[in-house]
Amino acid sequence: MEYEPVIGLEVHAQLLTKTKIFCGCSTQFGAAPNSHTCPICIGMPGILPVLNKKVVDYTIKMALATHCNINRENTWARKNYFYPDLPKGYQITQFAEPIAEHGYVDVEMNGGKKRIGITRIHMEEDAGKSIHDEHQPASYVDLNRAGVPLIEIVSEPDIRSAEEGVGYLRRLHEILVYLGICDGNMEEGSFRCDANISLRPKGEEKFGIRAELKNMNSFRHVQRALEYEIKRQQYILESGGEVIQETRLWDDSQGVTHPMRGKEEAHDYRYFPDPDLVSIVVSDEWIEEIKKTIPELPLEKRERFVNTYDIPPYDAVVLTTSRELADFYEETVKNCRKPKIASNWVMGDVLGHLKEDKKDIEGSPVSAVSLAKMINLIEDGTISGKIAKEVFEEMWKTGKEPKKIVEERGLIQITDTGSLENAIDNVLKTNPAQVEEYKQGKEKLFGFFVGQVMKITRGKANPKLVNELLKKKLSAS
Amino acid sequence: MIAECLYIEEDTVLKITKEEVEHVAHLARLNLREDEKEKFTSQLNDILLYMEILNKVDTTGVEPMTHAITLHNAFREDVTKESIGRDLALGNAPDEMGDCFRVPKIIE
Repeated sequence: MEYEPVIGLEVHAQLLTKTKIFCGCSTQFGAAPNSHTCPICIGMPGILPVLNKKVVDYTIKMALATHCNINRENTWARKNYFYPDLPKGYQITQFAEPIAEHGYVDVEMNGGKKRIGITRIHMEEDAGKSIHDEHQPASYVDLNRAGVPLIEIVSEPDIRSAEEGVGYLRRLHEILVYLGICDGNMEEGSFRCDANISLRPKGEEKFGIRAELKNMNSFRHVQRALEYEIKRQQYILESGGEVIQETRLWDDSQGVTHPMRGKEEAHDYRYFPDPDLVSIVVSDEWIEEIKKTIPELPLEKRERFVNTYDIPPYDAVVLTTSRELADFYEETVKNCRKPKIASNWVMGDVLGHLKEDKKDIEGSPVSAVSLAKMINLIEDGTISGKIAKEVFEEMWKTGKEPKKIVEERGLIQITDTGSLENAIDNVLKTNPAQVEEYKQGKEKLFGFFVGQVMKITRGKANPKLVNELLKKKLSAS
Repeated sequence: MIAECLYIEEDTVLKITKEEVEHVAHLARLNLREDEKEKFTSQLNDILLYMEILNKVDTTGVEPMTHAITLHNAFREDVTKESIGRDLALGNAPDEMGDCFRVPKIIE
């Protein structure tokens, strides 16, 4: 029997606010344990949380970018459970009335697009972090993360494969980063993902029994964990067994999921409205104000790049991996009007050097305008493409303008027929044996002659002209 | 008036069972003695019966509310305030280690 996977993903994204959601403690990652704490985020009796407005701004931004309905009045609830990293004994979250519902994102899949529904987006506080001692029966709790603002984005069970799951995640990730509301760092846990996954016979409407997957810390983990889980459940169903509803942890080193031990008690969170926090009322004006701050999103940008610059979709994907890179590319094109050549330079030399230097595009020593100037030098025949590589290296190292480098190092392309003819004569004279062989039909020696000419002109010869003149000379002599 | 109503309905409806009280006590990590379980079952039953009386009030056209006040949108700006620091934060900790709270092992 053929089975169809049904997958829904829950994403937790930390918002890039300066302070926590209900107190003024810093959200900065990597501080000494428990140094970013106060009576509010460590849950002292008598405290009163006060909501950080920026958290709501950012959440509305994400909700609008994913086509959600904003609930004009939304409320806070307490989710009650005991865990050492949850100092109050409850998490402040949204339950019955989340801030946003019923959205979607379009995911690019093999040339086509697949629409994945978003059930809801809500705001909540993060818990602290526990570190486990391998040698002693103890865990250590750091509450710096307690109270850091999160949004939880819950998808509809619309995902049908591991690829679609990862495609959806990448899309959410790039939107969050483009909006500038999450740094998207999966290793540091600012972007986390859990999955609900079940199988059903193809054509069946009813969902099968699902497992919940946790502990996937990269896109690759998600891909592998979903693939493994699909196989695992298929094996169980095919051999007549039943999938158990449980939480399973992905073990990347072994490439398998394990059932999570302990804490298997049925969840009973006893949600109720938080009496400490009043409701949020979102006005039209507020929504309009946020709308103005939403930049062009990556998918739309990619489509525009392909349409207006006539570059391959692959280039558009690479060039839009970040807003800053896309801006750099557009600035380059604006100043040289050669979209495909600019794309080659940005994707090849610029990204290559950035990777080598472990820098972001903001740290590029070569500006978009300088790169465009260099491309113009190639286009107007001042330098050859080969020399351009050398010029670019120098620009990268020194930050100098391309024109200045060309002048200083005497790299201007030789387009003067007379001096090129001299160079060619020289080459033919010093290599009589090769000339003879060429004439007897060994035509691939042509490349050798071009190489020699380039060598004595130190790469400055105009290659097109060299080809022309060389052909003429060889057939004449 | 209230007392009278309670008295009338007390032995006719049981709103909460002893098992439910045990379950809730467990979720709240409360260890109750047998006699306490009986006592709280009866007290909670009285409270829930009183709710029953409140439920009789006609609330047609009245929006449900979660607070006694109608205030909304109480915000603070995203401005950092000084934290209290590690020593004060750990001041009430029953056990500590380095800069952290030390707790019984969470995961096997």
